[in-house]
Amino acid sequence: MSSQRQTLSGATRRLGAHRQDLGFLGPNGELATSGIRRETAEPAHGPPVQPVRCGPRGGLYDARVDQRASVQSSSASVPPATRPGVSAALEVRGLTKRFGERTAFSDVSFSVGHGEVFGFLGPNGAGKTTTVRTLGTLIAPTSGSATVAGLPLSAENGSAIRSRISIMPEAPGLYLRLTVMENLRCFTGLYELDDVRGRIERALRAVNLLDRAGDSCGSLSKGLRQRVALARALLNDPAVLFLDEPTSGLDPVATREVHELIGSLRERGVTIFLTTHRLEEAERLCDRVAILSTTLRLIGRPDELRQRLFRRSLDVRVRAPLDDPRAVLGALPEVEAWEQTPSGYTLNVSDPDRAAPALARALIAANADILSIAESHHSLEDVYLELIDEDVEAKRP
Amino acid sequence: MSFSRRRVAAITVKELQDYRHNRFVIGTMAVLPLLFIAAPMVQLLTASASVASSKLDARVGLSLLYMLLIPAFLPSTLAAYSVAGEREQGTLEPVLITPIRREEFLVGKALAVAGPTIAIAYAIFGIFLAAAKLFANPVIASAVFAGSHVLVQLLFTPLLAGWSIWVGIAISARSTDIRVAQQLSIFASLPPLGIVAVMQFKVIAPSTGLALALAAALLIVDALGWRAVAAIFDRERLITGGRR
Repeated sequence: MSSQRQTLSGATRRLGAHRQDLGFLGPNGELATSGIRRETAEPAHGPPVQPVRCGPRGGLYDARVDQRASVQSSSASVPPATRPGVSAALEVRGLTKRFGERTAFSDVSFSVGHGEVFGFLGPNGAGKTTTVRTLGTLIAPTSGSATVAGLPLSAENGSAIRSRISIMPEAPGLYLRLTVMENLRCFTGLYELDDVRGRIERALRAVNLLDRAGDSCGSLSKGLRQRVALARALLNDPAVLFLDEPTSGLDPVATREVHELIGSLRERGVTIFLTTHRLEEAERLCDRVAILSTTLRLIGRPDELRQRLFRRSLDVRVRAPLDDPRAVLGALPEVEAWEQTPSGYTLNVSDPDRAAPALARALIAANADILSIAESHHSLEDVYLELIDEDVEAKRP
Repeated sequence: MSFSRRRVAAITVKELQDYRHNRFVIGTMAVLPLLFIAAPMVQLLTASASVASSKLDARVGLSLLYMLLIPAFLPSTLAAYSVAGEREQGTLEPVLITPIRREEFLVGKALAVAGPTIAIAYAIFGIFLAAAKLFANPVIASAVFAGSHVLVQLLFTPLLAGWSIWVGIAISARSTDIRVAQQLSIFASLPPLGIVAVMQFKVIAPSTGLALALAAALLIVDALGWRAVAAIFDRERLITGGRR
C-alpha cells in the first residue's frame, strides 16, 4: 500500500467498529444531507453533562494520564456537581486496598456528582466489589481517603455513612423463609425509619411488587428477588445507592425491568454507583463510567472514552475500487490517513461532519459509485476490550 | 450514634420469625428438651423412698443436672448457627451494610436465642416440679424441693444460657462451617456445667450464699463475654471470608 497509508489501530479492525450513517446517496449520486445523523454529545439519558475543562491535557473530564497509568489527577474526572463550592456525593482520593500481598485495587481516585449515574466497569477480580464494600465501610482501606455522602470515610463514621447510603449486593441475600414484607420491615428497623408501612409500600410500588408483599421470598423467582433487594435498598432514601452487578444472572426480561427501575431512580435524582460486567448496560444507563483493572484505567462519558481511545473515522463503501485512490483521498485536507477495505475505504478524519461532504464531492468527481459514507462507531465494549487487551499485553513476559 | 434498641429489636424479631419457619430450629427446640427431661422423669418416678438420703440427694442432683443441659446445649446449637448460618446463606452482608453496630447485632441475636431457650428450660423444669409434686413419692418430692436445688436451677438456667450463647456466637463468628461451629459450641458450653455439677452432687457444700456467689461470677463472665465477642466480631473478615 502507499506510504500515505496509516494503519488504523489493530483494535479498531479487530473489534469491528459499528457504523453510524452520516448520509447516503440517492440514485443520482447526490448526497442526501437530510439523512445525516450524527452522534450527539449528550449521554443517552437525562440532561447533558456540562463539559468541564481540567487537567494539563485540557480534555473533557480528562483523566487518562497515559496508557498504563492509573487515573490520579486530583482534578481528573470532575463531574458538574463537584465543581468548586458544590460537594460531591462521592469523593475518592488515592484509595488502595491490599489483602496481604494481593492488591485488590490501588490508587483509585474519582468523584461522583449528586444525581449522577456512575458506572464502574472491570473484569472479574478487578476490585469493583471490594471498592463498593470499602466505600460502604464494610472494609477498611489500606490507604487513601474518601468522602461518602458528605462524611469522611472512617471507622468512626461507619454507622453514620451506612445510614445515608444503600448497597445492593450482587446476591440479593433475602431471608427466604420470611415474606417480602417481613424482610423489608426488618430493614426499616435497622435503619430506624419512621412511617414503616408507607415506606415499604412506596419501595414495593417502585419495583412493582406491592401485590407480592405477603409472599415468602423463597417462592419468588430470581428476578423478583432482585427486585425485592432493590426495594430494600430504597427504603432509607439513600443519598448514594450502590448497585453491585444488579442484573447478574437475570434473564433479558428481568434485566430490562431492572434497567427501567434504575432509569426511574435516575429521573428521581438518586445518585447511583453501578458496577457491572454488562457494557451495553453501562453505556445505556450511566452518565460516566470508570474502567478499573486494579488501578483506574479510564474515566469519562462513554462517548468521550470512545473518542479518546479511537481515532474518528469514516467508512466508505463504493461499488468498485477507485482507479487512483491516493489522488482522490490523499488530496483531501480533512483526511489524515486512509486504507483500503474489502468494500471500500476507511479514512481517519479529525472532523467527520466536515470531511463527509468533501469526501462525497471528491468521490463523485472521481466518478465513483458511492454506496454509503458512514462514521465508524465504537461501542463501550470496544473501549473496554482495548484497555483490557492492553493489560493482557502488558502482563505478558 | 448510641446503642439502638430498635435495631436490636429488628434483629431479634427477624430471628424469631425465621425460627418459626425453620424446621431445624423447631426440631432442635422440640427434641432436645424432651431428651433431657426423659431421664430425670424416669429417675424421679422410679426412685425408691428407702434409698439412703445421700444417694437420694445424688439422684435428685443428677436429675436436675440433666435439665440444666437444656440451657447449656439448646442455645449453643442455635447461637452457632446465628452468624455462620447467615454468612452461608448470603444474608449477612445486607445486614452489615445497614447502620447497625456489631454490639447491637450481637445482642439482637443473643436475645432471640435466649428468649425461647430460657422459656423452654423453665417450662421443662416446671413440668418436672409438677410431676414431682403430683406423682413422685413424697420423700423424693421433698428432696427435689429441699435445699438449694430450685434456686440453683432458677439462677443458673439463664446464666448457663448466656455463657452458651456468647461462646456459640463467638465460634460462629470465626467459623466458616455451621456443623463445625455447632460441634465446637456444644463442647465449649460444658465447663460451667461442671461448677453446677459439684454443687448439685454436693462435692462442695451447697448453700444459698455459694449459689449466689457463683451466679454472680457467671453473670460477670456473661457480661464480659458480650464484650469479648463484640471485639472479635470482625465485619471485614466476615464479608471477605478471612482475607486481611
